[in-house]
Amino acid sequence: MQLIFEKSRPGRGSGILPESDIPQALDLNEFGKTSSAFGEIPVELRRKTKLNLPEVAETDLLRHYTQLAKRTYGINDGFYPLGSCTMKYNPRIDEEIAGLSGFSKIHPLQPKHTVEGCLEVLSLAEKYLCEITGMDHMTFQPSAGAHGEFTGLLLIKAYHQKRKDDKRRKIIIPDSAHGTNPASAAMAGFEVVNLSSTKEGLVDIEKLKEIAGEDTAGLMLTNPNTLGLFDRNIAQITKIVHDAGGLTYYDGANLNAIMGIIRPGDMGFDVVHLNLHKTFSTPHGGGGPGSGPVGCKDFLAGFLPEAPEGIGKVKAFYGNFLVVVRALAYILTLGREGIPEAAQSAVLSANYLKKKLSDMYEATSAEPAMHEFVLSLADLKKQCGVSALDMAKAILDNGFYPPTMYFPMIIPEALMIEPTETESRETLDHVADVFKTLYHQALENPESLRHSPAKTPVGRLDEVGAARNPKLIYRPQSDGENRPGIEEEAVTSR
Amino acid sequence: MNTIPKDLKYTKSHEWIRFIDETTVEIGITDFAQHALGDIVFVNLPQEGDSVAIMDVLADVESVKAVSDIYSPVAGTVIEINAELLDAPELLNKEPYEAWIVRIKDVEEIEETLDSEVYEKLTAEEA
Repeated sequence: MQLIFEKSRPGRGSGILPESDIPQALDLNEFGKTSSAFGEIPVELRRKTKLNLPEVAETDLLRHYTQLAKRTYGINDGFYPLGSCTMKYNPRIDEEIAGLSGFSKIHPLQPKHTVEGCLEVLSLAEKYLCEITGMDHMTFQPSAGAHGEFTGLLLIKAYHQKRKDDKRRKIIIPDSAHGTNPASAAMAGFEVVNLSSTKEGLVDIEKLKEIAGEDTAGLMLTNPNTLGLFDRNIAQITKIVHDAGGLTYYDGANLNAIMGIIRPGDMGFDVVHLNLHKTFSTPHGGGGPGSGPVGCKDFLAGFLPEAPEGIGKVKAFYGNFLVVVRALAYILTLGREGIPEAAQSAVLSANYLKKKLSDMYEATSAEPAMHEFVLSLADLKKQCGVSALDMAKAILDNGFYPPTMYFPMIIPEALMIEPTETESRETLDHVADVFKTLYHQALENPESLRHSPAKTPVGRLDEVGAARNPKLIYRPQSDGENRPGIEEEAVTSR
Repeated sequence: MNTIPKDLKYTKSHEWIRFIDETTVEIGITDFAQHALGDIVFVNLPQEGDSVAIMDVLADVESVKAVSDIYSPVAGTVIEINAELLDAPELLNKEPYEAWIVRIKDVEEIEETLDSEVYEKLTAEEA
């Protein structure tokens, strides 16, 4: 398939964009010259060539993006069991409500009395999400999960600083945590202490007791964890950290398993982030806007970004507001009965599929799973050489998206499956059949899996080559070796 | 799999240690480790002059699957890093026992290490 740049022909265009009614400050034809509105910018910092923007007719533009859309795969195409991502169906009514012009055609600087409905959305969403999490206050500024983690950790940092408890520099994180946890802690200026798990995959209480001390700023924990297990010692865990003087952070990525049933606040957590785009209905996975609100207990409210002496803004204005609108619509349509029912159905789906697969594949825990479970293909790989990667690629040829692979890192050859509550029994049965077929295919004809996928727009990608020799610059093919692509020219002229 | 060299010491976390003299060592990762990691695409090295304690994170290696920390089995001072690995991280896959990662001097303390036979048994159990 051609790139949009390759479809470009000089002079072609479309009438989609209206004439600008704002006077142009800079004349784009002037950029090489010294005397122009660009005069303020030093010559060596200016572009030497025009921007290489594609010129295509409206038909070609439309066809191009329609072709691309046909090549993508999303939750509307089929099963999407990407573990820890909660790729569930997003009810259309939430989209419809978020699309209402009173929500979508507003400006963050317009007078408050003209957007009171929107402010009410924020305050209602805060009220309900605090009720679900057991928190007292919430900020909607963070734009997604990791941003929420960072914000939450800044609250913890500000708390210790305010108390002049400067030796608290360490954040304890279990080795089963999402990779964003240690990354966020490092970004927030903390030192990360790795807490190993027990054989069962839970927090090692004795180790935690050893580690927790007067240098502990806090603990970050996901519960249920990335193995899909609910840590039954959670009250004891948060108490150990509190007794040592640290605070507790709940990573809400896996909230889908427990919403409306048990609250992080009641487990002893002080700070929580949510992934509204996972748990509370917003299509994600394509890089679209997320929302990672952070909730906290009363004693931390003074540090929130909006508070006069808080940590300061972490994002402009009110965060990704329309994602919050979808979340509120989701909560109101499901209601007090529907929210826990969704969680129960998610857990049921996971255990149903786990049971169907564990005759063949090795489940990493004999305990009932929560919303997701992890299979290890280490034994299968030893028997026939087929890895989790091969299996994931072969699944692509069978019409649905593969599970998360090689995560959590404590499990070799891991496949992490999260079916979610919105899949029917028929879908789960079909998925189990595919897994069964592939299992036998792996044992009988392992080579056939090693070359998969064959039916996708591109075959097996060279991941190693892409990482070792990344090609990050577009070069028009017709230009040959002698003339660098226009993008590269722009880069080197800096 | 490559044979496990008899003249090196090993750790349970799959690093090898080569004594250059009594207080200077070279540290790398074993064939078992590179095999488990898969194709290595990036190595993050410490600075020369860094002092390290036992179990400090010495370096990290990134494969297509994951990023893994390499722990220091000794306490001492980094005198040299293998800068060649920055451009050619695949050397860790190709020649795990030649591609040293760091050299550490003034080694005062050393983690409990395993000799080649014990290490071989350990990897046989884990494999």
